[in-house]
Amino acid sequence: MNFPLLWIIPALPLAAVGLNLLIGDRLGKRGTAWLACGAVGLAFAFAVRAVLRLAGLPEADRTIVENAYTWMRVGDFSASVAFLLDPLSAVMCLVVTGVGFLIHVYSVGYMAHDPSFRRFFLYLNLFMFAMLTLVLADNFLLMFVGWEGVGLCSYLLIGFWYERPSAAEAGKKAFVMNRIGDFGFILGMLLLFAWAGSLQYDRLFAIAPHVFVKGAAAITIATLLLFLGATGKSAQIPLYTWLPDAMEGPTPVSALIHAATMVTAGVYMVARCHPLFLLAPASLETVAVVGAATALFAATIGLAQNDIKRVLAYSTVSQLGYMFMACGVGAFTAGIFHLMTHAFFKALLFLGAGSVIHALSDEQDLRRMGGLAGKLPWTHGTMLVATLAIAGIPPLAGFFSKDEILSRAFASGHSGVWLVGLVGAALTAFYMFRLYILAFRGPSRLSHEAEHHLHESPPSMIIPLVVLAALSAVGGLVGQPMQEGGHLFERWMRPVFEGAGGEAAAPLSPRTEWTLIALSVAAAALGIYGAYRTYLVEPGLAARLRERLRAFHQAVLHKYWIDELYDALVVAPVYHLSQRLWRFWDERIVDGMVNGVAYTFEGVSALLRLFQTGFVGTYALFFTLGVLVILIELGRR
Amino acid sequence: MSGVPFLLPVDWWALGAVIALSGGAMALLLLEFLPHGPESNRAALVSLVTLLAAGASVFVVRDSRRALFDGMFVHDGITVFFTFLFCAIGILSVLLSWDYVKRTRINRTEYYALLLSSTLGMVIMAGSNDLITVFLGLELMSLALYVLVGFRRSHLESNEASLKYFLLGAFASGFLLYGIALLYGATGTTNLQKMTAVMSDSPMLENPLFVVGALLLVVGLGFKVSAVPFHMWTPDAYEGAPTSVTAFMSAGAKAAGFAALVRVGLSTLGAVRTDWVPVLSAIAILTMTVGNVTALLQNNVKRMLAYSSIAHAGYVLVAIVAGGRDGASAALFYLAVYSLMNLGAFGILTLLGRGTEERVLVSDLAGLGFRHPGLGIAMTVFMLALGGIPPTAGFMAKVYVFGVALKAGLVPLVIIGVLNSVVSVFYYLRITVAMYMEEPQAEPTHVSWAVPGALAVLAAVALTLWWGVQAHALLDQAQRSVLGGM
Amino acid sequence: MREYLPVLVFAAVAVLFAVSTIGVSTIIVPRRSSARKMAPYECGVEPVGDARQRFEIKFYLVAVLFILFDIEAVFLYPWAVAFRQLGLYGLVEMGLFILVLVVGYLYLLFKRAFDWN
Repeated sequence: MNFPLLWIIPALPLAAVGLNLLIGDRLGKRGTAWLACGAVGLAFAFAVRAVLRLAGLPEADRTIVENAYTWMRVGDFSASVAFLLDPLSAVMCLVVTGVGFLIHVYSVGYMAHDPSFRRFFLYLNLFMFAMLTLVLADNFLLMFVGWEGVGLCSYLLIGFWYERPSAAEAGKKAFVMNRIGDFGFILGMLLLFAWAGSLQYDRLFAIAPHVFVKGAAAITIATLLLFLGATGKSAQIPLYTWLPDAMEGPTPVSALIHAATMVTAGVYMVARCHPLFLLAPASLETVAVVGAATALFAATIGLAQNDIKRVLAYSTVSQLGYMFMACGVGAFTAGIFHLMTHAFFKALLFLGAGSVIHALSDEQDLRRMGGLAGKLPWTHGTMLVATLAIAGIPPLAGFFSKDEILSRAFASGHSGVWLVGLVGAALTAFYMFRLYILAFRGPSRLSHEAEHHLHESPPSMIIPLVVLAALSAVGGLVGQPMQEGGHLFERWMRPVFEGAGGEAAAPLSPRTEWTLIALSVAAAALGIYGAYRTYLVEPGLAARLRERLRAFHQAVLHKYWIDELYDALVVAPVYHLSQRLWRFWDERIVDGMVNGVAYTFEGVSALLRLFQTGFVGTYALFFTLGVLVILIELGRR
Repeated sequence: MSGVPFLLPVDWWALGAVIALSGGAMALLLLEFLPHGPESNRAALVSLVTLLAAGASVFVVRDSRRALFDGMFVHDGITVFFTFLFCAIGILSVLLSWDYVKRTRINRTEYYALLLSSTLGMVIMAGSNDLITVFLGLELMSLALYVLVGFRRSHLESNEASLKYFLLGAFASGFLLYGIALLYGATGTTNLQKMTAVMSDSPMLENPLFVVGALLLVVGLGFKVSAVPFHMWTPDAYEGAPTSVTAFMSAGAKAAGFAALVRVGLSTLGAVRTDWVPVLSAIAILTMTVGNVTALLQNNVKRMLAYSSIAHAGYVLVAIVAGGRDGASAALFYLAVYSLMNLGAFGILTLLGRGTEERVLVSDLAGLGFRHPGLGIAMTVFMLALGGIPPTAGFMAKVYVFGVALKAGLVPLVIIGVLNSVVSVFYYLRITVAMYMEEPQAEPTHVSWAVPGALAVLAAVALTLWWGVQAHALLDQAQRSVLGGM
Repeated sequence: MREYLPVLVFAAVAVLFAVSTIGVSTIIVPRRSSARKMAPYECGVEPVGDARQRFEIKFYLVAVLFILFDIEAVFLYPWAVAFRQLGLYGLVEMGLFILVLVVGYLYLLFKRAFDWN
């Protein structure tokens, strides 16, 4: 085994955690920052080296397993700390270490004045370790270790400012929802083990087609349980409400964990298990429908939010929905492609938002921003790139990946899913430009205090923004459509997803493909134009027209009539609906369900406590009753 | 009558643990009258040496298998495994008690003598191959524990706990003895091997004497491991007892009860497994659920951990229900891991408070994680382990138990078990949350640092993590022990 | 189960006897109550003070210790009966048994458990 030390990639951040614990108090802020960033940067370097080696291998052999250590061996069952590098985990690994490194650097500036600087980097490095374990694991058990680890770190980091009750509450909510998901994941894992006898990916996937009949109930249940785990981690319906609340954490955390990496773990898991999901068409259909529903649903809610981070949070939920949509229609490559581009532009959006919040002395409300373009030139420029990217404007990254998902959905015959995706794309463009305009354009609505302290962020924050902006701009070029034999990204992924359903679907004719591209660009343009009219042009125009041009009343009225009709028929209902949905669905139904479970348990617990009277006689009575019940039961058979 | 038993050297070594423990206990009583200072550690030191000697003696003959005293006592893999476990539990308990009993002004000689006697009872239970010896060991262990529980003499709740435990213990012993008598009536022997042989010659499934006898036997042992509905003494006794005693009994007494259950399950009950699976499954489900759900609302950490220990008994019962050698080795593994993490968690509680005061409410732990980072990390490790979160040993133990149960086709039991362990994380995490995310309301809890106690906690942390990543070493050991069983 | 029949008969007779004697006496006995008759020792000495007196804890200690050693001593009888069959083995076993008792006795002695003051 001469492969270059895969284990060292997760081990580096772990070592940094250890050092931070042992000598962190003597290092000071500078030393801690160097340690934390250095470890992740080095991990990135090792990841790049490993992936280059992988790329040097012939296509058919691009799977490398490195057994670092045998965890336990029981009869025919063995679990090892073994790492797997194939094109899929290579992409994930590069994204996690690369984006992670940039966010670490950014955090040095962002958290510079926080008293718990050291604790922050401790958790952040711990997270990197867990996430890399999750991604590089070559069996379900080790993946689960990472899975639980990232959940724990997410919980710790959401509640990082635990003095705020809302932060502690948000941490708890995330934890509860993730536990519900984990329950599904554990159960799915155990069932797979019980039926197929292995938890190692390659063995399990090799055995599965022989054990399970395609479409059988067993594999459908197992995959649906796994998907339940994915919905918890990746914030999909019905387990998504924790993610917007998770914005209570520091902004770099939102960027790293709740946008670029951890929340995509569910998508990664589904993609990793694609041989299983392909055996269960009903499960795949569920994945597609849930993904599409979440994509649209979260987008409508995003229209109405005023907190800059909440808009981004709903947008993340929506974009994750696109990734699941892709997986559900069998286009796993497209899902992972979108995962990668999304990591670039969403991390950038969050970091940019963080830079804005930082500059405005912790102001997060879009209604008290505006006109920042000139004052924060770097932040503005990079944010604009990211906003265009997520809106799907060519040739930026988001365009290629989103378009690929939509065309794959169409090609595989899911035209309903495609339509939902298209509408979602328009909404995405709308709310993202609303955010952009409210923050950077128009008149300044800043408080005097904030205006006074306004400053562009330090270089340690700006440099990651620029790098991510570059990636958001050109990152999609690896996936240009209509290439002979598939595009670069597709060719890279082929060894993993070869033979997956959607991949094999008949390619669309160039004409259809061009039409689809035109449609999705048109949808994005429509969204942008809508935002432009509503938030930038209309208010000033309206005021002027009403005051000065009374003579042209009719014409103006007519014009307004269209606008107001549009407003009354589309914007207002959607706005109100999204408000309602947000209020009602989120707070009543979903939170109510979670709280309901807790209340039920508390009630039962209180009931059970009543039996514990403290009287020995009662205890002996229950004892005797127990014996009698068992005796009667035994006597009956 | 086989006459005078002729003991080979190997037999002497095998009996070494029993001899050392009884000798140590007696020596402690006599040493009391040689002059010593008021702060002397002599009793604790003697106990430590005794326990080490007991473990070492069995270590010498760890690979042999012998039946002693006409098959009343056996020395085999299971005996060796449990003797090591009990010696380890004893050593950790002595270290935890070292400062605690001084601080709370407990009579040290009697305390340690009773601790050794109780350990002796556990060892006898593990090695007994005859229902009479099982009863002997059980009573020896329990009688010592009844007194130990009541050792905080000036505290009413301790007296109450002791009396309750004693009364219900006597009650349960009655059931156990009656069960033994009925089994003797049905099969004409109390020896487990002979009983199994009788069973295989003439199946007794229809014989009410046998069925009721076996039931009462299970009930008597179920009381010791606090299986629902025979668990009700547990919270009261655990809460009232001195914390170091709670640590000792929650680990040792439970493991001893299961040692006997494993033996019975592998021999006599194993022959009629199919009839027992529904009953034991029901008990296991109840035990897990009642334990975990009731623990959710407890504010006293000792009481919460008492309910948690009930729940853990349920997980071990799942392994027992799965049955066979796999089930037994899963149970052994689980018990070893459980003992460690529980000793550790209770051990941390022994360090809290000053003098005779007890600071064991959840609110007493507020902010502890920052004032004492070491303790905070240790407690977090134990809570994660008890909750079954990787990479701790607690996770591996659950994986193994549920894996074995799945192989035995007990899917509903596994589903309920997993659901339960999900629920349990909430109350375990509550402690972590209190330590790291709350500020103390009143005066922060004082930590009475003591080197031996800290050492014990450190050892427990290290092993909990070590067996989490190095699980196969312990698993191999558990499996070889069961294969080496009689 | 036939061999248990005499036991059953014996038990029935015992119950019958107890029930009948008590039952008959409650039916036929005349009741003429007086203050003197209700006194604790009807035809004994005059009661002095309350019967519910507190005893010193030392009595309990002595009583418990007595019962303890008394019952352990009972174990000597079966051994004495089977002394010849058990031989040297029995002798050694009993020696060990008594040794354990002696240790306990010595502990009590040194702890001044028998010391009345």
